[in-house]
Amino acid sequence: MARKDRRVPRDAARRDFMRSTAGIAGGLLAAGLAPRAAQAAPQPLGTWPLGVTGDSVFVGVTCPLTGPYSAAGEDHKKGYELVIEHINSGELAKHWHHLRGKGVLGKQIRYQVGDTESVPNPGVQAQTRFITQDKAIMITGSVNSATAIAIEKLAQREKVVNMVGASGSNDTTGKDCQRYGFRSQPSAYMAAKALAPVVVKEIGKNKKVAYLVPDYTYGESVFDSTSQFTKQDGGWQIATKQVVPLGTKDFSSYLLNIANSGADVFVNVAFGADCVLSTKQAKQFGILEKMKLVVPNISPFQAKELGAELMQGVYGTFDFYWGLEGRFPLAKFFVAEFEKRYHYKPEWCAHIAYMQTMLWAATVEKAKSFYPVDVIKTLEKTSFSDTTLGTVHYDAATHQLVRPVPVVVGNKPSAMKHPDDYYRIAGLVPGAETMPPAGFFGCKLGSYT
Amino acid sequence: MPSLGLFLSQLFNGLALGALLALVASGLTIIFGTLGLVNFAHGALFAFGAYAGFVTYGLTHSFVLALAAGALVTGLLGLLMEWSLIRRYYARPPEDQILVTFGIGIVIVESLRMAFGGLTQNVPQPAWGRGILNLHYFFYPVYRLEVLGIAALALFGLYLLIYWTRLGLIVRAGIEDPLMVRMLGIRVPRVMTLVFGIGAVAAGFAGVVYAPIVSAAPDMGSSVQVQSFVVVVIGGLGSFPGAVVGGIIAGEILSLTSMFDPAYSDVALYALMALMLFVLPRGLLGTEGRG
Repeated sequence: MARKDRRVPRDAARRDFMRSTAGIAGGLLAAGLAPRAAQAAPQPLGTWPLGVTGDSVFVGVTCPLTGPYSAAGEDHKKGYELVIEHINSGELAKHWHHLRGKGVLGKQIRYQVGDTESVPNPGVQAQTRFITQDKAIMITGSVNSATAIAIEKLAQREKVVNMVGASGSNDTTGKDCQRYGFRSQPSAYMAAKALAPVVVKEIGKNKKVAYLVPDYTYGESVFDSTSQFTKQDGGWQIATKQVVPLGTKDFSSYLLNIANSGADVFVNVAFGADCVLSTKQAKQFGILEKMKLVVPNISPFQAKELGAELMQGVYGTFDFYWGLEGRFPLAKFFVAEFEKRYHYKPEWCAHIAYMQTMLWAATVEKAKSFYPVDVIKTLEKTSFSDTTLGTVHYDAATHQLVRPVPVVVGNKPSAMKHPDDYYRIAGLVPGAETMPPAGFFGCKLGSYT
Repeated sequence: MPSLGLFLSQLFNGLALGALLALVASGLTIIFGTLGLVNFAHGALFAFGAYAGFVTYGLTHSFVLALAAGALVTGLLGLLMEWSLIRRYYARPPEDQILVTFGIGIVIVESLRMAFGGLTQNVPQPAWGRGILNLHYFFYPVYRLEVLGIAALALFGLYLLIYWTRLGLIVRAGIEDPLMVRMLGIRVPRVMTLVFGIGAVAAGFAGVVYAPIVSAAPDMGSSVQVQSFVVVVIGGLGSFPGAVVGGIIAGEILSLTSMFDPAYSDVALYALMALMLFVLPRGLLGTEGRG
């Protein structure tokens, strides 16, 4: 119905225009000037131009507010609340030169948050509603790779730009990549490539490793990449790989296999509550006394839930850690503003929400247009300086953000300067050093239109 | 081939896992056997018990009090559920019963999330349950060993209640012939409320027992509920001894299969359930259906 309504006045006018200019366009094509002519009168695409006709634009946000990822989802949501407020009020523009004034191209951002329930279907349903009913000009948010990939596919189908939320799977910017999807979190490959040299140096070469792997795209990605780089850099061998269903509560039978595997290192790939529970139970089985613990992608709130006593000496990577505030002025601004409002240091899911939204807003400002093709092409060729992670850019071939990867190690309780000082940044590996070779994951971005 | 140490440790772990599943499933089967109602809020009651225990532990620092309070408060919630809503659904089709209990389950879980947040809440192991025991062939956490004992004691208590008390006699008679029980002048609605309360006590108690292992989390009951349904199907719908036998079989399958390929341990459990439904639809110790 909505599609029908919107077509009446605009399309009729455009049809008249097209009819009268068809002959001229034919002549321009012959003269090689067609691209300029096409730019002058782009076809309606996705929710454009209907979504940008008023004095505000709508952004569709999805977060897991219920289900096993709800804690990270709440953090994610807070990141969106804060960044949209900062963009609308012009506060972010005062601290970051890529933005101008209040809103985006002078338009205020409206948004709604849909609950993904930690699984793909409700997320896709909510974003479909935002696109069809609210004419969302951009969609964003997830804390699960399966959900992120499903929303990316929806974005490609509906031709609406998708700034992907939290998603670590290689597939997100690999075999499932989309022209309309952009991901800022380091892929499992990038995280593993950054982490491997550090853990090999700290723990030693030629170790036997036990893996606990959640049974979905993210788990397999992290396992593949981590085992590949630790073998390559330090000759680490797989002692056992325990594949566990998502949402497992009692890990005893898997942990007994790990305890009996003769491994020196325990790499826990599980995420969220699953990682917290399995690590806690590994401690109860005495595994952490015998093996060094490595968590390739540390979950939000993990240290708060497990305590510093258990997390000390644990190696892992993050999308963002609040300790980066000492290195990047915008990170300092973000951490301070977040803490002022929510009374805790932001976790990295909040950071992804903040960064992805601000990069999109800056791109629209630079392109001077909300037209999806302009936005995508600008995102593909822009380098953003002075962000919360320094200078970053999206790889044009995969839409993966090329950004530094923080490698952290858990602080000893006695070394903590305040209650949130759980980690020390062991390294900030430049993004370009962690990127896979061109075409490595078989990404084929779809069409622009 | 797995080593002897690994085999023995998984065999033992299966027993511990099974005892806990049996405890959760016993509440489910008592409610089904007597009231003919499949309680889809059982996992939520399990989580509610864990949170009640968590709060009590925070106030008293006594795990024994946490156990008692968790079981009692969950029992009271069960009584309230039955009195306010469930009893209106006994005469309605099973799908209505499933919907109402499923709905109550969602309300309980999301209320817990609202009150305590989505993060897991740590319930420490009692002082007498800390450490690891060397059992010659393998190491095993002391608390899990004690859980085996606690679950066995609780199941024995339930057994005494059902087979050696007047209430138990009425409950068992209710399973066999509810009409006759009513004709004997017994106030059946009151007994039904009480039975639902007992089922809830079992779920809440198991929730507190499990909390130091898995931490209290709003959706901690979801996977336990599904597994305990499988236990009830294997053991026999409405059969208390069936829940115990089914629990141990399920625990052993989960544990022993994981030794060969952990990805198939859940699959093996459901495959057995499917086989059981095919070969022995009433389960191992199930009797005539409720009609």
